[in-house]
Amino acid sequence: MAIIKVEKLRKVYGKTIAVDDISFEVKKGEIFGMIGPNGAGKSTTIECIEGLRHLNEGRISVMGLNPLSDGYALRELIGIQLQEANLYSRIKVWEALDLYAALYLKTINYDSLIESLGLTDKRDSYVGKLSGGQKQRLFIALALINNPEVVFLDELTTGLDPQARRVMWKLVRDIQSQGKTVFLTTHYMEEAEQLCNRVAIIDYGRIIAIDSPENLVRNLGIDSRIIFTVKESSIIEQLKKIKGVNRVEQRDERMIVYGQSEELVGEVVNILIKNKVYFRNLRTEQPTLDDVFLNLTGREIRD
Amino acid sequence: MRGFKKYLIIEFKLFLREPEAFFFTLIFPLFILLVFGSIYGNQPTPFFGGHGTVDVSVPAYMAIIIGMSGLMNIPMAVATEREKGILKRLRATPIHPRTILLGWVVVYFIVTLAGALLLIIAGKIIYNLRFEGNPISVFLAFTLSTFSFLSLGFVIASVAPTARTANIVGSVVFFPMMFLSGATFPSQIMPESVRRVSDLLPLTYVVKLLQGFWFGGLWEDHLKGIIILLGILIVGVVISAKTFRWE
Repeated sequence: MAIIKVEKLRKVYGKTIAVDDISFEVKKGEIFGMIGPNGAGKSTTIECIEGLRHLNEGRISVMGLNPLSDGYALRELIGIQLQEANLYSRIKVWEALDLYAALYLKTINYDSLIESLGLTDKRDSYVGKLSGGQKQRLFIALALINNPEVVFLDELTTGLDPQARRVMWKLVRDIQSQGKTVFLTTHYMEEAEQLCNRVAIIDYGRIIAIDSPENLVRNLGIDSRIIFTVKESSIIEQLKKIKGVNRVEQRDERMIVYGQSEELVGEVVNILIKNKVYFRNLRTEQPTLDDVFLNLTGREIRD
Repeated sequence: MRGFKKYLIIEFKLFLREPEAFFFTLIFPLFILLVFGSIYGNQPTPFFGGHGTVDVSVPAYMAIIIGMSGLMNIPMAVATEREKGILKRLRATPIHPRTILLGWVVVYFIVTLAGALLLIIAGKIIYNLRFEGNPISVFLAFTLSTFSFLSLGFVIASVAPTARTANIVGSVVFFPMMFLSGATFPSQIMPESVRRVSDLLPLTYVVKLLQGFWFGGLWEDHLKGIIILLGILIVGVVISAKTFRWE
């Protein structure tokens, strides 16, 4: 069931086309990601859906509401974390939640949010004194204060260190497990692969691919690689015969098997064991969304 | 107006936590009253038509606070909240812009009033301040003047692209008025040429209005000032309502 519908959305700033005729749907309960480089049109799209921007052309519906004409009603039902927004620096964490709770018809107890987002120690701290990760957790808390159906997260983890980023990922999964729908944008491909049920890849204001990360990668037709260390090289001919193997390379003691079958790892390991070949350090390298982006656009994603 | 009360309380707390605004609106006027009061005392003098220096200064300094609130504090508060994305975040909730605008007006009106009351209390206790007017008239004139200047502040905030420019524009408008309107130095000591400039400044009418009512003046004697301030208020409200920006 589609909870968000975007049809032929177009948004122009002066002469710059920020979003150019994009259409997609977000299903209830999924984590939907919009990925692409900075300036690709992600924030513009998400802010149009949130009702914070006027659109030039197209139609958007969120839970059957028009984000612009039903803006106040819609914002009762959705939670928003914005990329470029802030709170007063001299407001305390609990005061911010207390204030935002007062702005909605229906809210949940903010102390439970403070606890579940790990902000208990920071309850009485000024927002200006929080670390980047703590601040983002507070922004998540604010986005959840009205117990929303859909949560919008715009570049949630940008600027965070890897550890804080992992904490965020867990929080986002927790949101989904409460039955909420999550719409997020990111320019970290890894983040999209970790979190999203489906992603839309956007570049220069257009959606160039939309599917689950697994399907996008599978449809790419790029080989996975199985890499391991082995002393003897006589096994190479047998490895080449495995179904789905395209190429086998050996550099000193390192063997690399290129191929595209689902059972590739199993087959390779099977052959090695059957022939009593001693191997170690076996690992696989799968193509990633980065490869998908590179393949679709001919360039690396810019950070 | 859901959330208005909480919003108001937060804006008050933030004002009290902002040392600069707090100092300039509440402490600084008191400080100049003490400086000039200790120099000149409050003996009636023919120079001020039989009133003392403090008697004349208290309503004049009230005008300074009004100017400061409207031209310095409001542009700074509004432009800063806009520039930092605080308004943008609020907009992502069901809050209505009028809740936010009214919140600022109420907070800065009360702050301005508090500054004025502090002056009156200090004047009364230390210099035996004399009052010969009708308190209601003074309060009404004070209210009109404050709203008028707050609306000017919103216009400045709307026009200025950043908080820095808002601060600069506010200062450029405020400081000449502070010195030339008779708020700091009595107009009696100004040469005729300066007085002509002073007649063009809105704050001059605030000083005249407050001093006039302080000593029992009548509304019909101040029609020009009232019309000017009312005009500024109406134009200011219309412009700021039309040009209000969230980001």
